[in-house]
Amino acid sequence: MGKIKLLQGNEACAEGALYAGCTFFGGYPITPSTEVAEFMARRLPQIGGAFLQMEDEIAAMAAVIGGSLAGSKALTATSGPGFSLKQENMGFAMLTEIPCVIVNVMRGGPSTGVPTGPGQSDIMQCKWGTHGDHPVICLTPAYVQEIFTETVRAFNLSEKYRTPVIIAFDEIVGHMRERIEIPDPGVLPVVNRTKPTCPPSEYLPYDDSKGDVPPMANFFEGYRYHVTGLNHGTDGFPVNASPRIHTDELRLIRKVEGNKKDIVKFEEYQLADAEVAIFAYGVSGRSAKTAVEAARKEGIKAGLFRPLTIWPFPEEQVAALSKRVKAIIVPELSLGQIIFEVDRCSKGRCGIEGIYRVDGDPITPAQILAKVKEVK
Amino acid sequence: MAFNYDQYIRGGKLPHIWCPGCTYGIVFKSLLRVVDTLKLNRDDIALVSGIGCASRLPGYVDFNTLHTTHGRALGFATGIKMAKPDKHVLVVSGDGDATAIGGNHFIHACRRNIDITVLVFNNYIYGMTGGQYSPTTPLGHMATTMPYGNIDPSFNIPELAKGAGASFVARGTAYHAAGLDRLIVEAIQHKGLSVVEIINACPTTHGRRNKFKSPTDQLLWMKDTFLPAVAFEKLPPEKTAGKLPMGVLYKKEGLPEYCETYYGLVERLKKQKEGRAQER
Ligand SMILES: Cc1ncc(C[n+]2csc(CCOP(=O)(O)OP(=O)(O)O)c2C)c(N)n1
Ligand code: SF4
Ligand SMILES: [Mg+2]
Repeated sequence: MGKIKLLQGNEACAEGALYAGCTFFGGYPITPSTEVAEFMARRLPQIGGAFLQMEDEIAAMAAVIGGSLAGSKALTATSGPGFSLKQENMGFAMLTEIPCVIVNVMRGGPSTGVPTGPGQSDIMQCKWGTHGDHPVICLTPAYVQEIFTETVRAFNLSEKYRTPVIIAFDEIVGHMRERIEIPDPGVLPVVNRTKPTCPPSEYLPYDDSKGDVPPMANFFEGYRYHVTGLNHGTDGFPVNASPRIHTDELRLIRKVEGNKKDIVKFEEYQLADAEVAIFAYGVSGRSAKTAVEAARKEGIKAGLFRPLTIWPFPEEQVAALSKRVKAIIVPELSLGQIIFEVDRCSKGRCGIEGIYRVDGDPITPAQILAKVKEVK
Repeated sequence: MAFNYDQYIRGGKLPHIWCPGCTYGIVFKSLLRVVDTLKLNRDDIALVSGIGCASRLPGYVDFNTLHTTHGRALGFATGIKMAKPDKHVLVVSGDGDATAIGGNHFIHACRRNIDITVLVFNNYIYGMTGGQYSPTTPLGHMATTMPYGNIDPSFNIPELAKGAGASFVARGTAYHAAGLDRLIVEAIQHKGLSVVEIINACPTTHGRRNKFKSPTDQLLWMKDTFLPAVAFEKLPPEKTAGKLPMGVLYKKEGLPEYCETYYGLVERLKKQKEGRAQER
């Protein structure tokens, strides 16, 4: 039995990071994510890790990448406007393949929007926020316990695939307190980046001949190499030529898309015989679960598909679902974003109905239940 | 015996991208001599840069090198230094990189007094993008985005660094290369945030549009303009027009260095914890 605690989602995220071996945090305060930074500010000095409150989110993202390159597992946490500021350097970490974890506790609005209310309208930004084609892993936990375990998983995926991982949850689950169990060390797997075993003279930091994820040397360990945000060759030096740029960008995407079996995670609730499915994540997924329970009590065959990995998108699962159900309902705290993905994967095989809300309140189970009755 | 630069240059990475007449090569060689003079272990050096012609320097040298995003080198460097405080972290940045897009990071790195050495290659222009004005372009100078002469007032980089809290501030020039070696040596040896502004010439996008007939003219301008700080201070006020001081312009020893303070706190917490454990 691990330790039982009553924790806020944001605190559970920080606990999860520590469990995964995170020793570096760089951030800039912003509601509703600040508790992650505050927790790390308290704990990291106690364990000899590094905590930095930088001058802005751009610098925080930069520091996190630097910390990781120097060998630390590194975390940053932010919300809305701060997430926008991080985008350029997130793209840098994707192209240079430097692991790190970025938490986006989603609030409402474009611009300053609704700082203290929940939102799910950054979900496309999580995928497309930085410029260019790029690989993205984004996890969407909905419960405090899940925030803990998914944060551990985020670090593991990041280290395993040498890529930044985003965790996106909303203000409600970030600030909600729930009972959680923190497992004893060793209970959950903890993955560390694969390091090179060849002599430094033979090291190619982006060698793809033995697989899509090249071993990563940390700085100062004898493998002196070059890291650049320019497209680069296997030796890390800028390349401005065909076909290398094309093949390397394909590899970056393949690292994630080709490993969906390992990365994509979801919960299916009452879906086996469902006629109406709800596709929902985060706080909307919680409301949807309650709605399914209520519908079942009334004899309506409703079920829930709740992604814990939103990017890469669970395409095969949604496609399969669309063949079995009459309709998929997509409640989200936006004016309709992830519904486009559900629609894309359903290819017109079933009805698709959105429930949208951006007024700072969550979508209620009653709202979802009403929609279920409408489409059943 | 001639200095062997090859020992620090990455095999096969030359020729560099810099134009004929660009003075960046002079500074590049100075940096390699300094690393040799100080007998730094190259495995222990991280050389970090942003974006621009100056920022392409790290690619050529055999250290741990990191070419980041425009203006952000100091953010990355701060992360590296905090994770590995016993290593040497050096930053190369252009005038635009360090003081325009990276101005915020520059002043905050100075304020923290973190033990990083920042070499600002000031060529008074955005070289890489073809000659747009920067925060150091002199008033009246021609730039592609100031086609009628620059009206945007300039930063004085050493004053900016000092005002922001850097504990070592120096200025050297590509013309005074031997003196530059000494300044960079001192900057690296200094504990705390050290800034060396290095006056450079960009004949391609700045010099030829601003009445410098050749790169040599720009070097001669440096020779005539920059005086050792002690000599400059002795000049009567009426004779300082058109002259600027170089050398170590400001130095304060013994100020708290950021990593030392932080890891001092870590030690204190560790002792407190051990103390509490003994009391139990
Ligand atoms: C975010 C961003 N904005 C703009 C640019 C375009 N850009 C590249 S280099 C540069 C200016 C470089 O000037 P400076 O820092 O003085 O370096 P120099 O080339 O003169 O050495 C600019 C504006 C960029 N790469 N990234
Ligand atoms: S454009 Fe200017 S700064 Fe850039 S390499 Fe050419 S001369 Fe040097
Ligand atoms: Mg410049």
